[in-house]
Amino acid sequence: MTYPANLKYTETHEYAKIEGNKAYFGITHYAQDQLGDIVFVELPEVGREIKAGEIFATVESVKAVSDCYAPLSGKVVEVNENINDSPDLLNKDPHGEGWICAVEISDPSEVNKLMDVAAYEKHAAEGGGHH
Amino acid sequence: MADLKKTPLYDIYEKYGGRIIDFSGWALPVQFTSIKEEHAACREAAALWDVSDMGEILVEGADALSLLQFLMVNDISKGYPGRVIYSPMCYPNGGVVDDMMIVCMQGGKYLLVVNAGNIERDYEWILTASKYFKDVTVKNLSADVAEVALQGPNSERVLQRICNYPLNELKYYHAAEHVDVAGIDTLITRTGYTGEDGFEIYCKAKDGIALFEAILEADEGDGLVPAGLGCRDTLRFEASMPLYGQELDENHGPLVAGLGRFVAFGKGTYFVGSTALMEQREKGLPAKLVGLEMLEKSVPRTGYKVLDESGEKEIGYITTGSYAPTLDKYLAMAYVPVEASAVGTKVKVLIRNKPYAAEVVKMPFYKRGKK
Repeated sequence: MTYPANLKYTETHEYAKIEGNKAYFGITHYAQDQLGDIVFVELPEVGREIKAGEIFATVESVKAVSDCYAPLSGKVVEVNENINDSPDLLNKDPHGEGWICAVEISDPSEVNKLMDVAAYEKHAAEGGGHH
Repeated sequence: MADLKKTPLYDIYEKYGGRIIDFSGWALPVQFTSIKEEHAACREAAALWDVSDMGEILVEGADALSLLQFLMVNDISKGYPGRVIYSPMCYPNGGVVDDMMIVCMQGGKYLLVVNAGNIERDYEWILTASKYFKDVTVKNLSADVAEVALQGPNSERVLQRICNYPLNELKYYHAAEHVDVAGIDTLITRTGYTGEDGFEIYCKAKDGIALFEAILEADEGDGLVPAGLGCRDTLRFEASMPLYGQELDENHGPLVAGLGRFVAFGKGTYFVGSTALMEQREKGLPAKLVGLEMLEKSVPRTGYKVLDESGEKEIGYITTGSYAPTLDKYLAMAYVPVEASAVGTKVKVLIRNKPYAAEVVKMPFYKRGKK
């Protein structure tokens, strides 16, 4: 598996895809592979203010429940309604169609604290820490 | 994983891509490809599990039947060689020590197939009781036995290719001893824990790997796949079969769990737990196991609280909850008071501190169609 170079990553296996002042959050290929078949995603409410490191969504596979931690602070401006009916999009296309929500970034300086693709690939290859 | 117990088949999990987890002290594969795929394979084709973690206890001797009549709530005297009987084994309070399959064998022997987590406790319990009987011996064979489960509509076709026994004559809940399967001496029972037709096949521990692989190799486009614990649980859950430690435990006996048909009050002998169970039956049950379907989408899980419709009062808890892959529903089994147990009763399930609407529905959730 290759990870997209245009994403920023967390140690806890979330990503942020940054487009201007907006960021799309999701979970990485590594995270979905560890979880297995995803059957439900509890989405955040549009308008909610989230701080980096806070739980912004909960992903449930057949066997496991996993909280997702926000890579960046911001206000939720959009959620991916498609995953209500097709939560398996997170398995099939975690870095694309399986995005979870989009936020308006409130503190662009936080981006520097995230991992780039090289650092994340190494982290995932080493077993991914505690996720 | 080093200090985990391993079955005789442990060494081949990797070859088939098994993802190993710690399942109450056992190193077992949770899945080989995907829980949903393996679940679907069992419903539509066939799936094969290593279930050697299960325990086997042999009871034999002239008083073996008397001992089992004393310990089991079901009527074991209805058994005959080749018959399999399911029974809970109760404490005096009516709670459950374990639930098991009893394979009635030639020569007045009984093979008790018990849950992995309860082997030692069951053995001690049965051994202690056996001291009150003259001619009976109890042996724990668990370490010497491998067991595989072949389940799904194509099971008979696959297994028949490598054994001479006419499987179409082996009826549900019946057993055949010393059946040659691919050159291996086995015991076959037509039983299972998935809601599908299928077989559970026992052999010596040393033959376990050969048996497992011989069955996989007997597939000729029948869609047979190796399967893990993950779908073992979702399949039995959809079929609303109880799991010890969840639906049954020291405090939740066969009557509250809806297994009254296995409690043979009329069998003519005293059995452990009968007094308490009789009292429950006469005075009314303290709780009842029901099926729940989520009306608001979310995943109910083991241990979550069940609230009344107003969402204010806690009335019970979930024993097993999951997404049900075949039915594409979010379902649960739960203990609730009898007055909240009627089909159609509206309740709430507390998920991450938020009440979600659910409704009592009929069990079993899934029942296979007749052939």
